[in-house]
Amino acid sequence: MIEFRSVTKRFPDGTSAVSNLDLVIPAHQTTVLVGSSGCGKTTILRMINRMVDATSGTIEIDGDDVATLEPVRLRRRIGYVMQNTGLLPHRRVLENIVTVPRLNGMPKAEATELGLRLMDTVGLDRGLARRYPSQLSGGQQQRVGVARGLAVDPNILLMDEPFGAVDPIVRAELQTELMRLQVTLGKTVVFVTHDIDEAFLLGDQVVILQQHAVVAQRGTPGEILAHPASGFVSDFIGAERGKRALRIVETNGSRVVVDADGRPAGVLVDGKNGS
Amino acid sequence: MTWLGSNVGLVAELSLHHVQLSLLPIVVGFVAAVPLGVLAWRFKLTRGLTLTIVGLLYTIPSLALFVLLPPLLGISFLSEANVVIALSIYAVALMTRSAADAFGSVDPVVRRSAAAMGYSSLGRFWAVELPLAGPVLLAGLRVVAVSTVSLVTVGVLVGSRSLGYLFMNGLQRSIPVEILSGIVMTVVIALAFDGILVLLGRLLMPWTRAETTSRRVARRLRLTVGGGS
Repeated sequence: MIEFRSVTKRFPDGTSAVSNLDLVIPAHQTTVLVGSSGCGKTTILRMINRMVDATSGTIEIDGDDVATLEPVRLRRRIGYVMQNTGLLPHRRVLENIVTVPRLNGMPKAEATELGLRLMDTVGLDRGLARRYPSQLSGGQQQRVGVARGLAVDPNILLMDEPFGAVDPIVRAELQTELMRLQVTLGKTVVFVTHDIDEAFLLGDQVVILQQHAVVAQRGTPGEILAHPASGFVSDFIGAERGKRALRIVETNGSRVVVDADGRPAGVLVDGKNGS
Repeated sequence: MTWLGSNVGLVAELSLHHVQLSLLPIVVGFVAAVPLGVLAWRFKLTRGLTLTIVGLLYTIPSLALFVLLPPLLGISFLSEANVVIALSIYAVALMTRSAADAFGSVDPVVRRSAAAMGYSSLGRFWAVELPLAGPVLLAGLRVVAVSTVSLVTVGVLVGSRSLGYLFMNGLQRSIPVEILSGIVMTVVIALAFDGILVLLGRLLMPWTRAETTSRRVARRLRLTVGGGS
């Protein structure tokens, strides 16, 4: 569990990114922080592994205040996946994946074995192991990024808009892959995005943020959709428009669900086998 | 041509000596410029100062430096150390700016990602920043190598034995072939240094070739796709 207690972050230039944030991120679940750009969501993420230090307040991981932990050691036990991958361009795919285990002193042969297994885990062909990142497609690079994040088998996985830079089809693939992984791995995932659809798709818990990282609403996707806490939230999730504002129309005795523009989205069926 | 026939030994000996005189300044230039470059790149405070000083050093005329150094360092005007030290100063002056640019060329996203992985700042320097600065460092070093090889010829004015001797001697005795031999050999040595550096770069930085080939492949693919549609 990760717990933020009245955390504030002001940057030296006087801008305040996060003010007085209280937030609990439960273990073994995916928590998605979602908000428009500049709302402080990435800053929240970076405070967890001390890439950014809080100005005041405390952040605890399983009861340990991160401020008392040594940053380099802390970072080596937290997986980190970022936008544009951040892969080391001068290291081959396999070397990139096992960067942190090697930093922790794992022997080379063992690391190679681990790296190849991780490539299987994230659905990468082992034949790509000796390529350089520039020789892979965007989607493949991002898979390498995920494999690298998982390499030390961390309890916590931080993901900073990891699928923001790939095309929609690849993004959908990667999202499915992540959900599949999460079912078996059960990591504490903290995922940052500005895409509300992605947030609702991946999040067990979704945290909608306003400017200065003020929590507008926190809950499961269902709770938020059913009861938006404010005008800001319903605006942000688009509750009153497009494909979220669905209504039922009777045609020829069967019930069709249509969206705000009247385009059919599906039919209503009995039972719960849809879940 | 008769001159060359009877002086091949002299040309060879001067060429060898020329190479020896060039080597040390190039190595010193590189080794000293890397930390200076870091100083100029990492800290705002030292950036202006470092770059101004090396910039000024480079503007001192070589002859003036040959005259200034001996009394300052207590060495003889005619010693080889005089030439080597002067050329090292130029090499450092030229290379430091390249080094600062080289470190500046490292993608900040990659640096941040390396920090997030858990590299310490020293570990990150050796494992990430230095290798990724490599291509720009190499480009700078190639300029330094060629310019040093050509500057060594000036050393003949303070008595050092290099291909510059052929220029002086050929001029005084009006033997064009002798001057030409000097020029050709200087160019050959400069090209050889450059070639060796390029090879070293390929050997030590294999990923740069992967990047250019994948770019080329991507371009060709786009062309084919564009042409086919």
